[in-house]
Amino acid sequence: MITFKKGGVHPAENKFAKQYSIEYFPLTKQATILLNQHMGVPAVVQVQKGDKVKVGQLIGKGEAFISANVHSPFSGTVAKIDQAVDISGYKREAVVIDVEGDEWLDTIDKSEEIKKEITLSKQEIIDRIKECGIVGLGGACFPTHVKYMVPPDKKVDYLIINAAECEPYITADHRMMLEKTEECMVGIQALLVASGAPVALIGIENNKKDAIEKMSQVAQQYPNIKVCPVKTKYPQGAEKQLIQALINRRVPNGKLPIEVGVIANNITTAYSVYEAVQKNKPLIETTMTVTGKKLEKPHNFRVRIGTPLNEILQSIDFPENTGKIISGGPMMGKAIAEVNTFVSKGMSSLLLMDESESKRDRVYPCLRCGKCIGVCPMGLQPYILQAFSELKRYEDCESYGIMNCIECGSCQYGCPSFRPLLDYIRTGKAKTGLMIRNRKK
Amino acid sequence: MSTNFILIAAIVLGAIALISAVILYFVSKAFKVIEDPRIDEVAQRLPGANCGGCGFAGCRNLAEEIVKRESLEGLGCPAGGNSVSEEIANYLGLKADQSEPKIAVLRCNGSCENAPAKSSYDSALTCEFAATIFAGESACAFGCLGYSDCVKACKFDAIHIDETTNLPVVDEEKCVACGACAKACPRKLIEMRNKEKKGRRVYVACRNTEKGAVAKKNCTVACIGCGKCAKVCAFDAITIENNLAYIDFTKCKLCRKCVTECPTHAIHECHFPPKAEKPVEQQVETEIVNN
Repeated sequence: MITFKKGGVHPAENKFAKQYSIEYFPLTKQATILLNQHMGVPAVVQVQKGDKVKVGQLIGKGEAFISANVHSPFSGTVAKIDQAVDISGYKREAVVIDVEGDEWLDTIDKSEEIKKEITLSKQEIIDRIKECGIVGLGGACFPTHVKYMVPPDKKVDYLIINAAECEPYITADHRMMLEKTEECMVGIQALLVASGAPVALIGIENNKKDAIEKMSQVAQQYPNIKVCPVKTKYPQGAEKQLIQALINRRVPNGKLPIEVGVIANNITTAYSVYEAVQKNKPLIETTMTVTGKKLEKPHNFRVRIGTPLNEILQSIDFPENTGKIISGGPMMGKAIAEVNTFVSKGMSSLLLMDESESKRDRVYPCLRCGKCIGVCPMGLQPYILQAFSELKRYEDCESYGIMNCIECGSCQYGCPSFRPLLDYIRTGKAKTGLMIRNRKK
Repeated sequence: MSTNFILIAAIVLGAIALISAVILYFVSKAFKVIEDPRIDEVAQRLPGANCGGCGFAGCRNLAEEIVKRESLEGLGCPAGGNSVSEEIANYLGLKADQSEPKIAVLRCNGSCENAPAKSSYDSALTCEFAATIFAGESACAFGCLGYSDCVKACKFDAIHIDETTNLPVVDEEKCVACGACAKACPRKLIEMRNKEKKGRRVYVACRNTEKGAVAKKNCTVACIGCGKCAKVCAFDAITIENNLAYIDFTKCKLCRKCVTECPTHAIHECHFPPKAEKPVEQQVETEIVNN
C-alpha cells in the first residue's frame, strides 16, 4: 500500500457518521454571511441595507489577488451590514439577510440532472471558478482559481484529487464520493481541462472501501482518471504527503506543488467546480459532518453558508456534558470559542467532545524521548522548535525549518508529557514568517 | 630522577609561556581597537539590567550611542530615571533631558467578576498564542487575556497576576517603566503614564472600541464611549475616538470630575485620599492650587 515516507500516526478513526447519507439542512430565518471565509483578503461588500437579493447573487467581491467572491446562499432582504463573530470570537464584517422564500437567480441551473459534457474552454473554466468564489474545501480555504494561474514556464503533469480524508471523525468527503460520484468525476474533468494535465489521480485512504469501489467503477468511463487507494495513516491528506505517496515527488521547502508539476484539489472542491462549471452555481453550500462519541445519531448535512451554528446544534440530539465543540477534525480543527457564529465555506465538521475528553492533561517537562521527531511527517524536531518558539528565538526557529511545519499535530498527539508542542510552533511559525517578510522589504 | 622531570616540565612550559607572551604582545599592539574609554565609564553608570527600555539591545549599546552622539537628547535610561541621566551628564559635561518618571498602567479592568468567562482555555499558557486563536475567555476581543506574557517579560519582578481578578498588578516600588511589558502584550493594554505626585493617576481602564451596547455585553466596566467625561473635563484632556475615551496625562490636572461622571466606572483613580465630605467642586479647586 502506497504512503508517504516519513513519520505519521494512526489515531482511532471514529468515523461514526459514514453510514448516514447526506441530509439537506432546512433554510434558516436570518442568515449571516461572513466576508472573510477564505484565506487572503476579505471580500468587499457589494450590497446595501434594504437590497433584495436572490440565491447566488454576488454580495462580496474578492478584489485582491488572493481573495474570493462571496455569494448569497439565500433569497431575501439585506437587514444590515454589521460585525459578526467568527468561531474564534473575533468580530468580522458580515452581511445579514432576512430570508424570504427561496428564489434563485435565473442563470443557475437548479435541476438534478447530471450534465456530463464540458463545453467551456480552459480560460472560461478558470474564470468561472473565480466568479463562483470556489475555495479549497479541504480546510485551508485557499482560493482555487489562484492555483490554476500556472506560471508560463511550468507544466502540469498531474492533477491530484485529495480524497484521503485522514482526519478522524469527518465523513463529509466520504459521503460526497458515495452519493455524488458522477458529479465529482465531471468536476475532475473540468479541472483537468483547466489545468491542462493529462491525468488525474484520486487518493483515497483504504479505510473507505466502499468509496474506492464506487469511484473506481465510475472512473472506468474516464480513461484519464485513476483511483489510487493509499494507506490509512495521518496526515495522508496533507498536500505534500499525498503528492509524495502518489507520484513520489517532493515539493521543495517553501514552494507550492506547481513547482513539481502538480495541482492538488480536494474532492468536495471538485464537486463545487462541477456545480460552478456545469450548473453556474456559486459556492453557497458546504457538506458538514456533525458527530461525536456521545451523539446517538451523527449526521452529514449539506448546509447553506450563513446558517447559524446554533440551529444545527439544536436540530440534533445534543448530548449533555458536551465540553467542547470543534470545527474541523480533532487533529487540526479549531475549538469553537463562540457558538453564536455561522457556517462558513470551509467548515467540514462539527465535532462534539464530551467534558471528560475535552480537558488537556497536565503538562510535564520534555523527556527528550524523541517521539515527536519520529512522527513528524516533515522530518522536523518539534521539541526544539517548541522551545525556541517559547523563548522567542525566531532566528533559530528559521534555521531549524519551522516554516516547513504543516501544523498536522502528529507531534502533540503522541507526546507522553502532553506538551502543547503545536500551539507554540504555530505562534513561532507566524512570528518567523513575519520576520522573514519584514527582512525582504 | 624525578626532580629532573619536574625541572624539564617547568622549563618547557615557561618557554612556551614566554614565547606566547611575546607574540600576544605584538599582536595586541598591531590589532589594537581604539575605543573611547568614556563608553565604559558611561556603561558603568547605567543599571546594567539590559532591559531594552531605552530602545537599544542592552546598556552598553546605549552608552555607545550616548558617547557617539555627544548628547543626551532623546536618549535616557527609563529604568535608572533622572538620577542616572544626571550622573552621566555630569561625567560627560552635557545637559540631561529631564523626563517625568513613568509607570506601567494596565488599561483593562476585565476581572473575573466584571467580565465573566464564557469559554475556557487550557492550551499553551501564553497571551501571544491565545490571542491568535480566540477573543478571550470573557469574549472581549480587546481585554486582558491573563496568561501573563507581561509577567514573563518583566526583568524587575514588578508585575504579577492577581489571583482573584486574574489581571496583572504593577508593583509601584519596583516598576521602572522600561516598557518591556507593554511590548509583550498582544492586546497593547499596558501604557507608560506619568507617575504624578504621590502616584495619583486618573486613566480609562478599557481599550474596547466597540459600540457601547456591544462592549457592555461582555464586560460591565467597559468604556461605552458616551462622551460624558469629555464634556465634563475642563482641561480638554479627554478625547473620544472609536467609542473609546482616552485621557491625555500631559493635560490632565487630576480633578477627578470624570471619575464621578463615568456611568460604567471605567475611569480609574489611584492613590487619592478617600473621598472627603467636601463637595466635589471645592476639592477640584484645592487640587488645582496644589498643583
